Amino acid sequence: MNLLDLKTDGLRKINSTLQNAVPDSAGAEWLIMNPMGQHAIACGLNAELSVTVDGNAGFYCAGMNQQADVTIKGHAGVGVAENMMSGRVRVTGNASQSAGATGHGGLLIIEGDASSRCGISMKGIDIVVGGSVGHMSGFMAQVGHMVICGDAGDALGDSIYEAILYVAGEVESLGADCIEKPMTAEHEKTLAELLARAGMEKDVKSFRRYGSARKLYNFDVDHAGEY
Amino acid sequence: MLTNPWPYRRQRSGYAGSPNPLKPTRRTSRVNGHTIMDENIPRVVPRQSATFDAYTMSEIRRAASTGIYDIRGGGAKRPLPHFDDLLFLGASISRYPLEGYRERCGTDVTLGARHASKPLELKIPITIAGMSFGSLSGQAKEALGRGANAAGTSTTTGDGGMTAEEREHSRLLVYQYLPSRYGMNPDDLRKADAIEVVVGQGAKPGGGGMLMGQKINDRVASMRSLPKGIDQRSACRHPDWTGPDDLEIKILELREITNWEKPIYIKVGGARPYYDTALAVKAGADVIVVDGMQGGTAATQNVFIEHVGLPTLACIGPAVQALQDLDMHRKVQLIVSGGIRNGADVAKAMALGADAVSIGTAALIAMGDNDPHYENEYNKLGTTAGAYDAWHLGHDPAGITTQEPELAERLNPETAGRRLSNYLQVMTLEAQTIARACGKNHLHNLEPEDLCALTVEAAAMAGVPLAGTSWVPGRTPL
Repeated sequence: MNLLDLKTDGLRKINSTLQNAVPDSAGAEWLIMNPMGQHAIACGLNAELSVTVDGNAGFYCAGMNQQADVTIKGHAGVGVAENMMSGRVRVTGNASQSAGATGHGGLLIIEGDASSRCGISMKGIDIVVGGSVGHMSGFMAQVGHMVICGDAGDALGDSIYEAILYVAGEVESLGADCIEKPMTAEHEKTLAELLARAGMEKDVKSFRRYGSARKLYNFDVDHAGEY
Repeated sequence: MLTNPWPYRRQRSGYAGSPNPLKPTRRTSRVNGHTIMDENIPRVVPRQSATFDAYTMSEIRRAASTGIYDIRGGGAKRPLPHFDDLLFLGASISRYPLEGYRERCGTDVTLGARHASKPLELKIPITIAGMSFGSLSGQAKEALGRGANAAGTSTTTGDGGMTAEEREHSRLLVYQYLPSRYGMNPDDLRKADAIEVVVGQGAKPGGGGMLMGQKINDRVASMRSLPKGIDQRSACRHPDWTGPDDLEIKILELREITNWEKPIYIKVGGARPYYDTALAVKAGADVIVVDGMQGGTAATQNVFIEHVGLPTLACIGPAVQALQDLDMHRKVQLIVSGGIRNGADVAKAMALGADAVSIGTAALIAMGDNDPHYENEYNKLGTTAGAYDAWHLGHDPAGITTQEPELAERLNPETAGRRLSNYLQVMTLEAQTIARACGKNHLHNLEPEDLCALTVEAAAMAGVPLAGTSWVPGRTPL
């Protein structure tokens, strides 16, 4: 296990070390102590490392992650795993706004609650939230899956494209062009896989599926009220 | 024009058809119960309304017909106070000029030395502005790269992400970081020479990108992770930061991902340039790009282009003032864009304090956009050379703002690239000519004292005196 200490090493040294680390020679396991809610911790990683942030992280923790497996043992600030390309990020506590924003791939797991705009503009990332999400979650979500075991706030999936949302709890309201859709065996299978990858147990039958009504894809004056 | 010019009069003659409205009638008339004895009643000349002019009326009809706002490309077309309202004073007894050719006039500029370990060194202070692959064809993007390379300057990606062709052909490439984040990835971020965080652009300060379904072909759709053929609208705000304090943190993240090597630009549309510049400096920018309302777009609502923003001329002074107030002028560079057309515009922008300018529309025109050569095809599209702006529909006869393969093939990237570098060369030579005339051995040495204004508006906006006076409206007493 490689130890890094944000208090003594500083952000640049920690990120630089991790961004250049070769798992075979340097070892794959890394522990970052004293994160102190600092920003941009473990961002820009691009190797099959296993990194644990031992405490609360600030904004953009694991931003643009590639291949690495990052665990935050605490809460994460705005934009955790933003624009992730691949790999896995797990938050044991809660996540602030815009969790997984614009993510292209990989898996983001939030064991607690996520805040507003969870999965905003997602472009292929998969997100599994053990708790609830705030308002405008799944806003302009293009591709990928988001699983919400708890409740969803206002305007879920507003202006959604082809991403698929699964919600087990209450949805406060749906956003523009987002509708409930039937759950097929195919969807239940996908959902089961996502929950398994996230290490969460929940009955797939308790979820409902939401997606795009596709009425806003090409302008039609009769839908002008949706704009 | 009324077919019966005398609605109160009953027809007596029984002749068929309407009388010529401009020809005076030659008989006595009874109007409203009165008999008019003089037969020659001249018509007034038909008069169009300045308020409801032909364009305005045609737009009302179009709106009534479609139920949607008018979308087009380009920047503000209406007349605005601009660089043409300023003049250089040149040499006189108290200022002597430099010899053309023999006495050097430098044109180089370094962008981004504030924080970045690898700032951009440009040979000329004219860059190519962000234009997306998607709005432009692949050939056009390649041509821009070739031309910029030959001239020793940079190009900029747009809302569609970085294409391999552009990275290959452009020696210096600025990678835009937009609200949409289409195609954004850390590998391209690291391949870029600079990163431009786009807050907004002059054509639509507060609007996001727009690409209509016709131009979302397989390749574009795949780069943007969108279904093919839909009308795509980019977000107008960034998804994971909003104000300047969060922007500061976002810039920290971008620097951490790219090893603090690359200059970070912040681009804003002209709106509150003094405050935006100050906040951008505070957020940690290396370079600030301010884009006036003459700046073009691939597609947005006409109402947005024409009625929101600031003329470029009104943006420069406040931005420079903010830099000077923070003691950051020349330490954080200012790039000005929006209607830069010739070497005089370049020189004037720099005299007002810009470190460099950026061109978009002008670059496309240099490569053949709106060329009268295609007049027949413009007519078939219902327009004419110079006025063609329906770029969002993707039928560009010049092959530039299109994704249709047969049209895009018309643009030869090598030839078009050469045209662009020729044009950049001319602009540079023109700016040098002016600078030498003002006695300056580097374009950066041009100063506001070299300028005067032809109109009160331009004098006020640019902060230079009205020609022949020492009056700067709003700053000096009459």
